[in-house]
Amino acid sequence: MISLGKNQKVVNSGNSDSDLDLRVTIAGVTLDNPVTTASGTFSARESGAFYDINELGAVITKGVSLEPWDGNPTPRIAEAYGGMLNAVGLQNPGVDAFIRDELPYLKGFDTKVIVNVAGKTKDEYCRAVEKLCETDADMLEINISCPNIKEGGISFGADTSMAAEITRAVKKISKKPIIMKLTPNVTDIAEIARAVEAEGADGISLINTLLGMKIDIYQKKPVLWNRMGGLSGPVVKPVAVRMVYQVRRAVKIPVIGLGGIMTGEDAVEFFMAGADVISIGTAALVDPEAPVRIKRELIHFMKNNGYRSLQEIKDALL
Amino acid sequence: MTGFEPRILESKILGNDCIAREIYRLTLKYDNAEVKIKPGQFVNLYLNDKSMILPRPVSVCEAGNDRLTLVYRVVGKGTEALSGYAPGEMIRVSTPLGNGYDISDVVSTVKGASKKIVLAAGGLGVPPMIELAKTLRNEIEGRADNSATPDTSAASNTGATASLPDTDKKPEIVAVVGFQDEVFLKEELERFCHRVLVATDSGISGFHGNVVELMKTFEQPGDYYLACGPKLMLKAVSEYCLEKNLPIQVSLEERMGCGYGACVGCTCKIKEDHESVKLKKVCKDGPVFRGNEVVWDD
Repeated sequence: MISLGKNQKVVNSGNSDSDLDLRVTIAGVTLDNPVTTASGTFSARESGAFYDINELGAVITKGVSLEPWDGNPTPRIAEAYGGMLNAVGLQNPGVDAFIRDELPYLKGFDTKVIVNVAGKTKDEYCRAVEKLCETDADMLEINISCPNIKEGGISFGADTSMAAEITRAVKKISKKPIIMKLTPNVTDIAEIARAVEAEGADGISLINTLLGMKIDIYQKKPVLWNRMGGLSGPVVKPVAVRMVYQVRRAVKIPVIGLGGIMTGEDAVEFFMAGADVISIGTAALVDPEAPVRIKRELIHFMKNNGYRSLQEIKDALL
Repeated sequence: MTGFEPRILESKILGNDCIAREIYRLTLKYDNAEVKIKPGQFVNLYLNDKSMILPRPVSVCEAGNDRLTLVYRVVGKGTEALSGYAPGEMIRVSTPLGNGYDISDVVSTVKGASKKIVLAAGGLGVPPMIELAKTLRNEIEGRADNSATPDTSAASNTGATASLPDTDKKPEIVAVVGFQDEVFLKEELERFCHRVLVATDSGISGFHGNVVELMKTFEQPGDYYLACGPKLMLKAVSEYCLEKNLPIQVSLEERMGCGYGACVGCTCKIKEDHESVKLKKVCKDGPVFRGNEVVWDD
């Protein structure tokens, strides 16, 4: 087993590209660079076999819930044109096991750790957040795309008042910065963004997956056991760019942009739309080294096009 | 963990031939890399058409040096595109993924005279049996594990088959392979197995029926079973072995996302200590599990 202790940290900020400033500060936490892993697509030991985790600005973990979740039966994965559907169902070992087994390993790297939190009720979110506040996690990202089982299964994030309520509840108890991860399956994303900002959210990340479905016409049944699943990958990128653009113009808090980023140029598009930080998700499943490759390509783009900082890219959109 | 870091390598296609209806044999050469493989492992093939973004996991049929032989069936758009790739073209291929069959357990369990190792496979479960049979044959005949040297290449082993050693002293390897209709890879299995028994659903060749029905006609059951194929077949073989208290390893199949353990798309239920059921990743923790530990629900 590979073990990277604190003493083996590789310091890596602007490194050799000293003329480029890749650092970004969100909610009072400074990331060495803006490249992070999208929740659900990163496993420390598995992803770390392909690249140096110290190269990342932050890792955003898989969703962690108060109790262990088994997730959905298989099939959980289906391919779509230029993308994929997943219905993993947030399988995770629960917050206690996460804090005991996974968090210390992640904290051994020179990167920030953002823990994604899932829940089925407001109380579940709050109790998981309480436990995580007693750890050295850097930030928490609240996944409000989960169905609210007490309100007929509608996604918390699909309803403005529920999104606001969860934000208020976790902000009340949290000692850590709170990023609210928004679902794109809504009519007016800007309204939801304004609501969570008004309740004190320290940042917003978007987009979560788009609800989709695939039918096997020969078997005459849905491909996924869960029937429906979350669509991700390059196919969703224009939707994600549009929503990041809308949210950037609706709120002042930092925005983590994600949705189909496959290359450094895709990342630049998100910065121009208004993202402060980006996350790499599906790309890392298709190309395990994608996060570090995209970081490299971003640096290459900046050098070739005369940008010295991320702020300059963000200010560039005409 | 093996300490072996997985990678994705550019590989050159040496051959891509139709060997039966909708069944293709793809031969690849890793570019500038020697890769060790354990029987039962699989590789991810990354298609050139990026609208099909997910890798295609394919079990390794045979390997040697920097060569890799995969046998796949055309089942959808991805494998259809793959069947059109020509020799000389490049394709991105992962190094072997997952854990293969536990060979040392087979060798230490099945010792001495008149013992029998049964390889039970159905359909696209047959290809990985070639590398498995080759490895077992080398092990039981006391050859050193030198799979990274040219000595174990297919060509030199063909010669070895011609002069079979006395099977009274060494365990016998028997392949029981089932097909819907058309039989493939039989000759390849015969190079490494002492006997190859064929079953077909259609009755066109060999035993008319399935693998498990054919297995049940044995006067003496085997001493160790290694299986790969459709879930229902694996379940039936496992139940047969459980009933007779015989060791069995099965290679599971599941729809995968990443293939390296990050997405948690391909889970299965395993009762490790015969009590509590744990969710395991088919790609990373498997694809080979003990047949008696798999929870066969659905």
